[in-house]
Amino acid sequence: MSVADIAFYCFALTTVAGGLFTVIGRNPVHSVLWLILAFLSSAGLFVLLGAEFIAMLLIIVYVGAVAVLFLFVVMMLDIDFAELKAEMSRYMPLALLIGVVLLLQLAMAYGAWNFSDGVDARLAAPVEGGIHNTQGLGYLIYDKYIMLFQLAGLVLLVAMVGAIVLTLRHRQNIKRQDILAQMYRDPAKAMELKDVKPGQGL
Amino acid sequence: MVEFFTTTNLGILLLTLGQCLLVLVPLLVALAFLMYADRKVWAAVQMRKGPNIVGAFGLLQSFADFIKYIVKEVVVPAGADKFVFFLAPMISFIMAVIAWAVIPFNDGWVLADINVAILYVFAISSLEVYGVIMGGWASNSKYPFLGSLRSAAQMISYEVSIGLIIIGVIISTGSMNFGDIVAAQNGHGILSWYFLPHFPMLFLFFISALAETNRPPFDLPEAESELVAGYQVEYSSTPFLLFMIGELTAVVLMCALVSLLFLGGWLSPVEFLPDGFFWMFIKMVFCFFIFAMVKAITPRYRYDQLMRLGWKVFLPLSLAWVVLVSFLAKFEVLGGFWARWVIGG
Repeated sequence: MSVADIAFYCFALTTVAGGLFTVIGRNPVHSVLWLILAFLSSAGLFVLLGAEFIAMLLIIVYVGAVAVLFLFVVMMLDIDFAELKAEMSRYMPLALLIGVVLLLQLAMAYGAWNFSDGVDARLAAPVEGGIHNTQGLGYLIYDKYIMLFQLAGLVLLVAMVGAIVLTLRHRQNIKRQDILAQMYRDPAKAMELKDVKPGQGL
Repeated sequence: MVEFFTTTNLGILLLTLGQCLLVLVPLLVALAFLMYADRKVWAAVQMRKGPNIVGAFGLLQSFADFIKYIVKEVVVPAGADKFVFFLAPMISFIMAVIAWAVIPFNDGWVLADINVAILYVFAISSLEVYGVIMGGWASNSKYPFLGSLRSAAQMISYEVSIGLIIIGVIISTGSMNFGDIVAAQNGHGILSWYFLPHFPMLFLFFISALAETNRPPFDLPEAESELVAGYQVEYSSTPFLLFMIGELTAVVLMCALVSLLFLGGWLSPVEFLPDGFFWMFIKMVFCFFIFAMVKAITPRYRYDQLMRLGWKVFLPLSLAWVVLVSFLAKFEVLGGFWARWVIGG
């Protein structure tokens, strides 16, 4: 067994274990931490596949930003664990059904799977010309499929604007910080010196 | 003998282990003296003497502190989540250390010469926030929790602008490898370094690095005056030491990044002197000195000011800079001042 094989089995095992403990963990914060472990080890799997750019993006986007926000929200929740457990056992049959259906679909897809000719060569070098995969992705996304990429970006932008519009509300009568006004304050306008005589006050 | 280290699995493992130690041990020893330098600079600004008892001029102060932390008792708060409580300082330390795997100190002096080195450092530095969040949550105490919440929001905010600033440098270089980035700054000595074409971004990067590493004036997660010491309140002994080393290592890492991205790494500032590790070292120490000075001379920011600076000032500025640099590089304005592509184009 080569070093890459050993690394593969380590990462695969931690990915599966992380996913499992995410579901059955008692404490939601622990669940999120297990989820992060699963993300990290799948990034390791991507590195083993030779897709180091995707691996780094997975860590930066999912572990570095999305999971932090998950953790942020989950940490502040006050959750009744017993109730959560009861809920989980109530929905167990439905979850099992979905799981079985997904497994069947995977099995059917994999059963009908055929590799085309020359697939090994394409797996080893997805883009012609012996360039590494970060550069290859750059060519594909920004040269070949630039219109599709821009359209996808536009869809995301619209979704973001929609989310902001839905949640935006202007609250009246609350005190706000006016940074510019604060910066343009000077001692002459902001304070007044008074000469207080002893025993008299102001 | 050479064959054993380059062909067999065990040999490669031993060789890599040796290389790691070769980076780690000098780094940790240097950290001890950098911590001493930090305190000395701070003291000098405030016209104090600073540490001056242990060793000549107090040079061994950090080692004395080290022993003090090690032999103290570890206190675990009653309601703490024990596993996460001890995991947090370890994560903080490990994340700070493993980022050094891709940092080159001289031409070819690097543990892992990978294509996406700069993304790797960015990814690892975005993971550092977990040590803080987990530490604050697992302590099961109010102030650490508030500190960790602040830290989470702060580090995510400034990561965005750090990422965009890095993209500007990547556009100029056409590669994410540190060796290529430094090689692209070779030419007319100090005039070829990226701090000139990317002039305003050097300052934005430096300030974002201060926020990313929780250094003053952005040390709100551990603000002594309001949160006692933020996420570190419940920690003592070795776990606290790990937090402290992790934080300082992250600061030195940011110094290395500034040197590599904007100050030409190991390149000599004048053409008649040879390049080498010496210059990298000098630049890192210089950056650390600036970090220490900032700590000594700036008052702490208010939290809403910090957020405003990150999202409303730095983010638009760095985003506009990415667009501008793309334009300047694409049309090769000033004969490749911004376009020094190593590969592609």
